[in-house]
Amino acid sequence: MQYLLLIYDAEKIWTDMPEAERGKMFHEYMTYTEDIKAAGQLLAGNALQPVHTATTVRVRDGKTTVTDGPFAETREQLGGFYLVEAKDLDEATKLAARIPSARIGSIEIRPIMTFDS
Amino acid sequence: MTDAAPGAENEAPIDAAIDVAIDAAIDAVFRRERARVLATTIRAAHGDFDLAEEAVQDAFTAALARWPVEGVPDEPRGWLIAVARHKAIDAIRRRIKLRAIVADAPDDISASPDAGALALPDDRVRLIYTCCHPALAREAQIALTLRTLGGLTTDEIARAFLTSPVTMAQRLVRAKSKIKAAGIPYEVPEPSQLAERTGAVMAVVYLIFNEGYAATAGDAWIRRDLCREAIRLGRLVAELTRDPEAIGLCALMLLHDARRDARTDAHGDLVLLEDQDRSRWDRAQIDEALAWVPIALRGGPGPYSLQAAIAALHAQAARAADTDWPQIAALFDALLARQPSPIVALNRAVAIAMWRGPAAGLPLVDALAGELADYHLWHAARADLLRRLGRHAEAAAAYHAALARAGSEPERRFLAKRLAEARASDGESG
Repeated sequence: MQYLLLIYDAEKIWTDMPEAERGKMFHEYMTYTEDIKAAGQLLAGNALQPVHTATTVRVRDGKTTVTDGPFAETREQLGGFYLVEAKDLDEATKLAARIPSARIGSIEIRPIMTFDS
Repeated sequence: MTDAAPGAENEAPIDAAIDVAIDAAIDAVFRRERARVLATTIRAAHGDFDLAEEAVQDAFTAALARWPVEGVPDEPRGWLIAVARHKAIDAIRRRIKLRAIVADAPDDISASPDAGALALPDDRVRLIYTCCHPALAREAQIALTLRTLGGLTTDEIARAFLTSPVTMAQRLVRAKSKIKAAGIPYEVPEPSQLAERTGAVMAVVYLIFNEGYAATAGDAWIRRDLCREAIRLGRLVAELTRDPEAIGLCALMLLHDARRDARTDAHGDLVLLEDQDRSRWDRAQIDEALAWVPIALRGGPGPYSLQAAIAALHAQAARAADTDWPQIAALFDALLARQPSPIVALNRAVAIAMWRGPAAGLPLVDALAGELADYHLWHAARADLLRRLGRHAEAAAAYHAALARAGSEPERRFLAKRLAEARASDGESG
């Protein structure tokens, strides 16, 4: 079996956290990632940029609308995901608009966080 | 600043006056050129707004230090762009140490650039479309446009939209952070999206104008600085896009703004169009706009151009009684067909009432009750027609309803006055 583990927490907890504690959490994340990688159980994983960078795409009557924010309605449930490569948000929007569910639901675009090593 | 020492009194004021004059000249250059310099620097900074703003600030600081000594360069914009680009590229090199990205840039960009630097494309076009990108919230689009293209300070924008400087600063930081993190491109949209994206830009400019033309809250009904800024931005959009609707929008804003001195009286109370002293309208501005209207109308014509044509008919009437209401009603028909909205329908109903009498307009206004029951101007329009029909008790009730929903103080004072009049008339007749 394969499983998707979704991480939910309040961004405010992270921003309010003392630097040392945040560093400790990051370190724990790195250890955890290394552990499950070594166990052959990691398929993919990423941190997301904060929610204020989210964009929602919907297609209705053949017309693509783009709005700021994670505007999924509460009656919509997370049904799947694609991790894609695109040169900018406009290209990502085009990919999102081609997902069939864009016509009946909404596609939330969240940029992936990259870490300078 | 300390006071001049005794004995230096005779020379210091002269030096100070020269310094002030040079500072004022430099300040004028900054105000005029900031948006263009910033727009090009953002491109050099690979779309990083913060880095570019710092680089532009550094370039202006360098100019303040050097120009009073060396003289203002022949091409101040080219000088500023060259210095800001140099600073931006330097910062990129320092910050991410990715020399490869900027390897093709010359190592030493001279601070006195050749004329080639001036042949740069006008990057303000990119800047406009990026600031008004649909992935940014409308409030963020407005704030970013005023800050980067309009050259208003964060405090000035906060004051204009009645929020605190802290809130406005956060809004700008978040918007810039989203542009960077989400990868909003610093590009002119591709042709298939250009019309829609230009529409979004015009909507932002018109919202800025409308907040200035009839503030939704606060003590002052008209905020002239915002109107002026919107017109400046509108001219820029028209010049850069050459879209007939952008020309129509410019004409529309110029025509509305031309009435600014007649729209309020000495007490800051509002004066209706039909009661305005038309000799106080800005004729030069009206004439400029009237020349633009036919050009705008050749393009389709779109909603802004049609509204400009309506405003032009008002501007051309020497007295309120001379207004060509049948023509205005016909233009509202065309506008309603292109932009079906209850607000447009309300304006059309009022035009028909002015043309055929209040009895003809009232049923059209009443038909919009379902959609506009919370809009103070729907109640005010209804009240006015009832007043004209001599139905004072109903007029009073409608003025009361309008008053309960009005935002700005001058509007409230106007409605309160009309309410009192309607009650008095009702007392006389009843």
